[in-house]
Amino acid sequence: MMNAFRRGALANLPVAASVVAYGAVLGVLAAKQQIAWHSLLLMNLSVFAGSAQFVMVEMWLPPLPVLEMVLGVLVINMRYLLIGASLRPLFSGCPLWQKALGMHLVADENWAVTMAAYRRGQASIAYLMGGGVCLLTVWCLGTLAGHHLGAFISRPEAFGLDFAFVAVFTALLVGFWRDRSDWLPWCAAAGLALLTHQLLPGKWYIITGGMGGALLKVWQSRSALPNASRVDEPPNES
Amino acid sequence: MPLQDHHALIGMAIGGAALITYGLRLGGLLLSEKLPRTGAFKIFLEALPGTILVSLVVPGILTAGAWGWPAAALTAFIARKTGNVFMAMLAGVMVVALVRFLET
Repeated sequence: MMNAFRRGALANLPVAASVVAYGAVLGVLAAKQQIAWHSLLLMNLSVFAGSAQFVMVEMWLPPLPVLEMVLGVLVINMRYLLIGASLRPLFSGCPLWQKALGMHLVADENWAVTMAAYRRGQASIAYLMGGGVCLLTVWCLGTLAGHHLGAFISRPEAFGLDFAFVAVFTALLVGFWRDRSDWLPWCAAAGLALLTHQLLPGKWYIITGGMGGALLKVWQSRSALPNASRVDEPPNES
Repeated sequence: MPLQDHHALIGMAIGGAALITYGLRLGGLLLSEKLPRTGAFKIFLEALPGTILVSLVVPGILTAGAWGWPAAALTAFIARKTGNVFMAMLAGVMVVALVRFLET
């Protein structure tokens, strides 16, 4: 058990390097938004979701738009429903308290590493947790270091650091591309986001663009469904 | 705004975000047996991360100015070629920083 935990932590070390750097950028942005280090630490420990925390920090202008922030986090982290669902075989037969404790430490990175190990038959809950603790530790170290050093950078814009979150999400976005059927939903998302960005204050453009694009994807596959099911069904004549 | 109110809002924002995120994580696992394995809901959820990131990124790129698009394109290209998110991010940020340095 302890061995699997250590193996999980070690398997996440290569990712951990970029998590530190990514966290440092968040820390710098947080300092720029005048977020106290203990608020940042509390967020790290309780939310523990990179993209969502970036969005929260980005929206952090007093008076805090709490509803938009929480809705933004909801829409951004919607993917955890599927990630959680995909972990069902790993947690099968476990008591509820293990699921309740374990799921908090599931991030994109250790989930991906664990699913890869699971296919080789080497994953366990301890392995997943080892990765989670490793990531949470470096996430806290990176963000707090960035926050501390960021206080010495008077104008982060001069270093292009305001563009850092756009760049991080752009880099992450590449991994979500599947095939040409993504073109239309992604263009719709971009169009809706730009339109909403012009018309509405705050971050509603993430919600309208995200939901609109995904709904278009559903409509797209719905209209493709009759053909697909005809292929799957055995011919009635025979 | 009184400081107390600001602290209350911070607590609500972090607490709400934490509850929502944890609810989605555990909820996904617990509901997995009830969630349809096929159908519209699955397609919707699968498409969501990509469309959310697009929505997040596009206005940000536009706000960054004329060099926003080339910087984003370079970021995407490096991410695609190397799979290294950090290197890709660094390249994009450096383009924007360099242009700003040259313009001032």
